[in-house]
Amino acid sequence: MSASSRLYIFVIAILLALFCIYNVVVYNTDGYVAVEKLSPTAVKGQQLFQNNRCWSCHQLYGLGGYLGPDLTNIYSTEGKGPLYIKAFLNSGVKSMPQYNFSEEEKDALVQYFKQVDQTGIYPNYNAEIEATGWVKIKYRNETSRD
Amino acid sequence: MKSKSPIYFLLFALVALFLGMFFGMTASFQYLMPEFLKQQIPFSKLRPFHVTSVISWIVLCATGSIYFFLVYVEKFKLFSPFLAKLHFIIFLLTGVAIYFSFSFDYTKGREYFAFMPILIVPILIGWILFGINYFKTLYKNVKGWPVYYWMWGTGIAFMCYHLLEAHFWLFDFFRLNFIKDFAVQWKSTGSFTGSWNMLVYGISIYLMSKIKKDSNVATNKTAFFFYFLGLSNLMFGWAHHTYLLPTQPWIRYVAYAISMTEWIVLASIIYNWKRSVLKVEKENHPMAYRFLLATDFWIFINIILALLFSIPAINFFTHGTHITVAHSMGTTIGINTTILFSALFFIVHQIYPDFETDRKWVKRGFVSFNISLFIFFISLIIAGAKRSYWMYVSKTGSFSEMQDSLVPYYISFFIFGIGIFVSLSIIAFPLFKAFFQKIKS
Repeated sequence: MSASSRLYIFVIAILLALFCIYNVVVYNTDGYVAVEKLSPTAVKGQQLFQNNRCWSCHQLYGLGGYLGPDLTNIYSTEGKGPLYIKAFLNSGVKSMPQYNFSEEEKDALVQYFKQVDQTGIYPNYNAEIEATGWVKIKYRNETSRD
Repeated sequence: MKSKSPIYFLLFALVALFLGMFFGMTASFQYLMPEFLKQQIPFSKLRPFHVTSVISWIVLCATGSIYFFLVYVEKFKLFSPFLAKLHFIIFLLTGVAIYFSFSFDYTKGREYFAFMPILIVPILIGWILFGINYFKTLYKNVKGWPVYYWMWGTGIAFMCYHLLEAHFWLFDFFRLNFIKDFAVQWKSTGSFTGSWNMLVYGISIYLMSKIKKDSNVATNKTAFFFYFLGLSNLMFGWAHHTYLLPTQPWIRYVAYAISMTEWIVLASIIYNWKRSVLKVEKENHPMAYRFLLATDFWIFINIILALLFSIPAINFFTHGTHITVAHSMGTTIGINTTILFSALFFIVHQIYPDFETDRKWVKRGFVSFNISLFIFFISLIIAGAKRSYWMYVSKTGSFSEMQDSLVPYYISFFIFGIGIFVSLSIIAFPLFKAFFQKIKS
């Protein structure tokens, strides 16, 4: 094996070691603010969100499709909330297909949106842009900024 | 007789491309007419078909090209032609199962992997078979690997890991903690993209070294420096997708720092631009050469965009808008697809040395493809800027009103999407015929 090949293998080995440590830390790190674990009802709601591919059109924290609105804070937005969500689900308004969710399924989806809502705010207007290009955001349930 | 598996991969990659573009075009029509067949084929049903098909195009074409280069160009004896055949059959059957899963709404998965989670098992087996064949073949035949062999090997290994990681949500340890779960989901999809980029960018360096007839392109220290930089970004740079998710700040600091190293790539592109163009030996591979030139242009455009929105202060305004879509379309179509078409033209010339690649219609298709993509890209940027204005500046009007105000840009996006579809179909047709002929022979 040539000297350069040995060097390249050494660099890859170091990167892989860092990657392993990094992954272990990321996987064991909770979010920045303390939130409750998803309840069994919320997990059911999350699965309904996946089964019906809601992410194709909607976003959570700005991630997902762009045909429909972001749903991160649909639960707590003024003028919206649980009743609005339930009414919307089977309405078939505009490009949204007409679903046929049962009351139990609607409750599960509402519970999921409620718990997502508790994790934070998007879009978050309580932000401060710094000269370094960094953005300090004040999260929900947080007293100090970072 | 040499294995025909690489050609099968390439043939089905072109079919996936055609289907992916068709589904994409049909889905984008619903931005213009939201009620169009929404009960029969809603956008939410078409999007997984589109996304899976175009990812399959990239993955199948990259895999077929790598197998082809090893067997037909480097003349290596594959460790196991049977494994390559099995790899293809597994991917083909899984592809059919995924389409079936989408058609009948068995979609329990998440974005990019919407199919039934169990189908990730045969996909992983396929990648493992590819890895065994690849590493065993090279281990026996090559001493002192050029950078593209490292890139392909890394791409295969990381592809296996990130496909697995994308399904960690199946475990309650991740799933019950929404923020961690969501962060890991986007970590895996970001790095999944990075993994296929390793395969595709490795192909571009391979082609450059072959077209230039200069092996130094792939063995010099600069090439390895950029490989390690790319690998670091694949491993640690994903979190610029989730700056606005309340993860721990250190995760975002690391991503910001790592993402900014890509300025070095940009500086290098500008510095080497003129030099690399002048040195290229283009007579034997006119279309492969043209597509690589187009790649250079699209890398330049997309890296500027990516660098800008990796800065948190800019990302704050562009995140969750069509600017992100412009970036993903710009990279998958502008960079990945141009490199892969360059590879296909190179390959067809290897199979049929008399094959005339720069036919009049192919050249016209190439020009209209680039023009269409440019306008398509700009339409998305403007639509994204307007959406950002609505989100952060005007803050007035409903979502529907904002969407209605974007219709002119959606019309442009739709029309030039058709332009891309028609142009690529024109370019791909003679290639498809040639590969089909090779299969039959």
